[in-house]
Amino acid sequence: MRTLIIAAAAALIALPVRADEKPVQLKKAPGLEQVEANCQACHSLDYIPMNSPFPNAALWDAEITKMIKAFGAPIDDADAKAIADYLKKNYGT
Amino acid sequence: MITRRHLLGTAGAALAMSRYRFAEAAGVELTPGIPEGVGTVATMEALPGKKPLIKLAYRPPNYESPLETFRNPITPNDEFFVRYHLADIPEVDARTYKIKVGGDGVETPVELTLDDLKKLPAFEVVAVNQCSGNRRGLSKPHVVGVEWGYGAMGCARWKGARLKDVLEKAGLKKDAIEVAFDGADGPTVDKTPDFIKSIPTWKAIEESTLVAYEMNGQPLPHWNGFPARIIVPGWTGTYWMKHLITINALTKPQGGFWMNPAYRVPVGKFPLRDRFLSQETATTTPITEMVVNSLITSHRDGAKVKAGRIVVSGIAWDGGYGISSVQVSTDGGKTWAAVKLGQDLGRFAFRPWSFDVTARKGKNTVMVNATNKLGQSQTAELIFNPAGYHNNVMQSITLNA
Repeated sequence: MRTLIIAAAAALIALPVRADEKPVQLKKAPGLEQVEANCQACHSLDYIPMNSPFPNAALWDAEITKMIKAFGAPIDDADAKAIADYLKKNYGT
Repeated sequence: MITRRHLLGTAGAALAMSRYRFAEAAGVELTPGIPEGVGTVATMEALPGKKPLIKLAYRPPNYESPLETFRNPITPNDEFFVRYHLADIPEVDARTYKIKVGGDGVETPVELTLDDLKKLPAFEVVAVNQCSGNRRGLSKPHVVGVEWGYGAMGCARWKGARLKDVLEKAGLKKDAIEVAFDGADGPTVDKTPDFIKSIPTWKAIEESTLVAYEMNGQPLPHWNGFPARIIVPGWTGTYWMKHLITINALTKPQGGFWMNPAYRVPVGKFPLRDRFLSQETATTTPITEMVVNSLITSHRDGAKVKAGRIVVSGIAWDGGYGISSVQVSTDGGKTWAAVKLGQDLGRFAFRPWSFDVTARKGKNTVMVNATNKLGQSQTAELIFNPAGYHNNVMQSITLNA
């Protein structure tokens, strides 16, 4: 019992203070499922529209490469391609 | 620990609120020139303990201060901008908090509690903390990143111990070339590089470089680095490590993504005096001191005014040399007049200024250019660089009478 209380207290202390994050609605199109499944493990989805509509195809490819190579995002090749296509089509120039 | 599942769990309930959120977005006054997409996601929202700020991104949280905030040369703690790189942000318990001081550049590693830090001689400095990427959203062409307008900056009175005194507790070796910092915040994925930054030792031991535990007479707000953070007056915010837990003096340059390729500018492109030579390559160098800059705070571009005498005011700042003059032009840059400078809170602070303009019926333009004590002025044209740093293009606004 005592252990449980300590564990509960520790959990409370470890609770990160965070923004009251509301969902960000991205354009409904093929690839959105892969975007939602991969990208928001590390960041909220508002980062995508915020960086739009200016990126061309090469810039979106470079961003996905950066997320995988520099930031270690565990995204498989098929999902990476679906995400790239989605971003280029819906949030690119 | 709140997990991603928890975050996603709230998604359904909030979907119904999308119409309401659109109305909120309409209440945000965004900086002209930023990418169109910002307008679809920016909202006025309050983080716990903060007033509503312009939310650009929830997680990692990036919130900027609205223009009106800067009418006060000291930025209130609850209006101060928030900038994080990584999303795992713990609430640090001051009672168990410790700073580890070590690295191969010290004689004897030590740990300091918050009380230990407060027992060291305390110093205060009023200094601007500006994100390297402030005004990135105004880059032409646009570049990828947090698309800040004017508000990723603030000026506060910081109080703390000198970093030099903290380093002396561990005995700083003569061959330590850099001092590196780590904060308690970290990545949500193990493979993401932790945010670790270093500064040259000569900068670390300057008298105004602090380990601060107070901001405007209060403990640091959580979102601005509670319980203690690094203050590097004159230099951009990237070095001002929040939730400081590790200080390492190093005899070799600090590596890692956040030192290179991140936070770099092309060599020789900006008129900077402070160089970080142990990190410099043939082509890029770490961003260091802030470039001289100014902001009109009394009016927004396109504001309606009454014809006749009006007061236009704002702030100017630089990398710590101090503002020597601010010039205003009302004829598109043909002639310039020096304006009245306000209270001097020190060479690292926002310097207020104001100017009487006689507004004629129709369109009136007001341009501003600040000069620092080194004789550096703002630029007429953007000095483009891939990360969108150091945007100090002279502002020109239109007032409609």
